[in-house]
Amino acid sequence: MSWNSWTEFFHMGGYAFYVWGSYAVTAVLIAGEILLLRTHRRKALELVRRTVKYGKVGNNEETA
Amino acid sequence: MGGIGGIADFDRMMNGFNWYKYASPATFYTLAGRLIPWFYGAAAVLCAAGLYIAFFLAPTDFQQSEAYRIIFIHVPAAWMSMFIYIVMAAWAAIGLAFNTRLSFMMASALAPTGAMLTFVSLWTGALWGKPTWGAWWVWDARLTSELILFFLYLGFMALQAAIDDPRRADRAGALIALVGVVNVPIIYFSVKWWNTLHQGASISMTKAPSMAAIMLEGMLVMALAAWMYAIAAALSRVRSIILERERNSQWVAQMMEAEA
Repeated sequence: MSWNSWTEFFHMGGYAFYVWGSYAVTAVLIAGEILLLRTHRRKALELVRRTVKYGKVGNNEETA
Repeated sequence: MGGIGGIADFDRMMNGFNWYKYASPATFYTLAGRLIPWFYGAAAVLCAAGLYIAFFLAPTDFQQSEAYRIIFIHVPAAWMSMFIYIVMAAWAAIGLAFNTRLSFMMASALAPTGAMLTFVSLWTGALWGKPTWGAWWVWDARLTSELILFFLYLGFMALQAAIDDPRRADRAGALIALVGVVNVPIIYFSVKWWNTLHQGASISMTKAPSMAAIMLEGMLVMALAAWMYAIAAALSRVRSIILERERNSQWVAQMMEAEA
């Protein structure tokens, strides 16, 4: 263990901006992607619901 | 248990298993839905373990002090950015060769996650470069080829988004993916082929790793976490793509009725 206190931990030996800047942006991007994936799924389900209800919407691949 | 019966069972299983079944979007949709929570779960557990190693077990570096702790996301993200591109290109090639819809959908599903991880590797690289090299960015071979990888992902996505006909979009995207794959070995070997500011490989097949065992372990655990996350994200995205593109098919309609 390299730390004697939480203050020291957050200070990161003076590199706090670089270390936490890396980890924070990565965390935000991953959280953002998960949110986008949920939105994508919701929209896809909505599109399917409309298609099932009103018939073909837009062009689409022909499937057996 | 085992013995001759075991081999016969195995043989029967291999012959009886219908490999083509999982190439059908309908079957794969269900299978992916079952697998996703496991991959997310594995990613979360591995990430927690990796972060614990990264911040509480790995010691302070004698040269870089705490700045080196960026390595635990930088290297896994950089590995995954290259690996995902290769997998994407492989799916595109399979799609072109066998004209399988699902392969193209897998290629499309991987691109945004690959682009995101490429950006992470560039971003964390900049934040690591500033305190250690004194520069956020330098136009050396490693950084430049990784930036090109980012543009290849964006180009693939933009091209696919610009073409309305999904079959044409698949083929055009596959072409970019396949042409761009030559960039991956360039990224990987850039630190050998050119005199780069970027350091050489942390791990290589031929010599012992140039870092402490615990640091290496943290990096590998984080890489596994990134791997699990990328699989979960790609499977989740491919399910939405399957729904969008198969929305007029019988199985989608039946599934919606069954759920309603």
